[in-house]
Amino acid sequence: MTVGLFIPCYVDQFYPQVAKATLSLLEKLGVNVVFPMNQTCCGQPMANSGFEHLTHGCNSLFIKNFKDFDYIVCPSGSCTLHVKDHLHDEEHEEIAKAIRGKVYELTEFLTDVLKVEKLDAKFPYKVGMHQSCHGQRGLKLSQMTELVAPPFSKPEKLLRMVEGVEIIQLSRKDECCGFGGTFCVAEEAVSVKMGKDRVEDHVSNGAQVITGADMSCLMHMEGILRRQKSPVKVMHIAEILNGDIESLN
Amino acid sequence: MKKDHAALADKFNQDEPRVDWHDETLWWIRQKRDKAAFGIPEWEELRETASRIKFNVLSNLSQYLEQFEKAALDNGVQVHWAADGEEHNRIVHSILQKHGVDRLVKSKSMLTEECHLNEYLQEHGVEVIDTDLGERIVQLAKEPPSHIVLPCIHWKKEEIGELFHQHLGTPKGNADPQYLTNAARLHLREKFLTRKLAITGVNFAVAETGEMVVCTNEGNADMGAHLADVHIACMGIEKIIPQRKHLGVFLRLLARSATGQPITTYSSHFKKPRKGQEMHIVLVDNGRSRQLGRPEFRNSLKCIRCGACFNTCPVYRRSGGHSYHNAVAGPIGAILAPNLDMKKNADLPFASTLCGSCSNVCPVKIDIHDQLYKWRQVLVKDGYVSSAKAASMKAMAATLSNPALFKIAGKLGRWTIKHAPFVVNNGLNPWFKNREMPEPPKESFREWYQKNRSGTPQPSAGREPQYKEPSKSKIPH
Repeated sequence: MTVGLFIPCYVDQFYPQVAKATLSLLEKLGVNVVFPMNQTCCGQPMANSGFEHLTHGCNSLFIKNFKDFDYIVCPSGSCTLHVKDHLHDEEHEEIAKAIRGKVYELTEFLTDVLKVEKLDAKFPYKVGMHQSCHGQRGLKLSQMTELVAPPFSKPEKLLRMVEGVEIIQLSRKDECCGFGGTFCVAEEAVSVKMGKDRVEDHVSNGAQVITGADMSCLMHMEGILRRQKSPVKVMHIAEILNGDIESLN
Repeated sequence: MKKDHAALADKFNQDEPRVDWHDETLWWIRQKRDKAAFGIPEWEELRETASRIKFNVLSNLSQYLEQFEKAALDNGVQVHWAADGEEHNRIVHSILQKHGVDRLVKSKSMLTEECHLNEYLQEHGVEVIDTDLGERIVQLAKEPPSHIVLPCIHWKKEEIGELFHQHLGTPKGNADPQYLTNAARLHLREKFLTRKLAITGVNFAVAETGEMVVCTNEGNADMGAHLADVHIACMGIEKIIPQRKHLGVFLRLLARSATGQPITTYSSHFKKPRKGQEMHIVLVDNGRSRQLGRPEFRNSLKCIRCGACFNTCPVYRRSGGHSYHNAVAGPIGAILAPNLDMKKNADLPFASTLCGSCSNVCPVKIDIHDQLYKWRQVLVKDGYVSSAKAASMKAMAATLSNPALFKIAGKLGRWTIKHAPFVVNNGLNPWFKNREMPEPPKESFREWYQKNRSGTPQPSAGREPQYKEPSKSKIPH
């Protein structure tokens, strides 16, 4: 089995450690991973701004880069959802369709495809789990509080395999952090207020680290935490699952 | 220039403790809704059933409307058809003129808000008294409602005390909700007894029987209609349901979704005028047929106006209803408003993070957040987005579809943040106003990969893609 590693553009540029942790974690689990060097972006920033018609270039590039893999794995629910919902190509629609069916967000790939039951990692800290909306409500990585349905959470299931992790309880389990792509600058006031409130929920409930399956939400919350000079850190779930960091100091 | 949602929400956010209060008040209602919904094990099935009934209605709307009209006429009700808000207002006014009425009471009706009936009638010398307590409060304050179910949710009780002191003569400084409510009751009682004409909204209109159902907690619709010589009920054409038995589905969903109550205090059926009374129904299109003709947006017409999407929306809770500058605010308003006026409401579908919570609480399963996304595409294509934004999006698309250009842009971006933070870390960068920029790493992941994993074979980009079945190889553990 060969997996194409799909790394969101901003993770490539700003959070290379998240991409490295994803690569390392998959390799440790025995997967053959390739990072196609010519990948750029899934096109979501344009599409969510109403410019989906400008994403043909991104789409055909994505198809060229990822068509030959058994699976495509991405450490972002949001980018994965975009590909799943919106990757089309008039000339190669069959291939686009196949890609839409084999693209996975990292945690669901671990729980649903690799069926991981244990992990060799240690992280003795209080962790707040941020449910990113696109991963949760879009990919259904976790049950949603609005629905009258039994609870589950794929990322939390994995976190619980890490020795020492204590998952804190939030007062609002799955409220949006307010990043929202270009929303974060177009609606700056509301975006920041949402971010501050989300951060406060984690901090007041004792989180030392806020984690999640989407670095974009975490980047937004990190920006707020650092502005507040808070000691609370953000960390992508791949970094914790890979056992990259055993000490916060 | 008219202020858009972002500017109005920015203003709302100047008073952070008030934003917190607004957010918590509405979140409390979301929690009440959750409690009520979780009390019904078949809740999701109920939503699905309601959704399907509404789909049936939308697919057979003209037949149901004709069936309803016939039944209503047989019941002795006068039926009027209005193509738009203006015609609706003219029809209502003509009924008033026929009876020589220049003052009336009106219970809650978002349709009349949508049609701006109050303003129209005031311009024609008619006094309208809104009898829903929340609506009366915003009416005294000369404001539109900020929420379709909780019109004055943005008002604190102390402020209402002051408003009532000014308008109803209650003692200054008295903010006791029970006292103020009683003062409003006495004030409204006089209006009910002296007004000869009452307007009500309609929650459900039953095609089978020609009756309509009006849901209130205050009984103000009943009080108005029962005491008046003339009752005018105004409804959008999408309020039809096929049969009386379907009320069993909708009435269970409506109040639970709206406020967490099992049912509204009053769910009143109006079928025939009583002896000596005149009853009118005004059926209003006002863009609904147009919306019905848009395949991506037609199912927004399933809405039963419960307001659950408002209460769950993290953006609504932190921007307030007036930031939506439309009779119906919140997520549902943001997908209904562009149909009414694309230019005026082009900002609303962008006032969302597309988090999807609205679609999950919707009792009739409208795909609200998907429609927000789709409206964005329509608004951009039809030219309702600034040319500066369009230009920057084109540049972004060009960069992101070219790997070489992307590498350079990424390097430039990281270099800029690292070496020239003043360029990005200033007030002109809306990110930096309240957030730090990410710390740029010394190298990107692809640079690291190139150095450390240059041996890994690359996919053969460039040649025509070939479809390949995923291999069925065993997964190693």
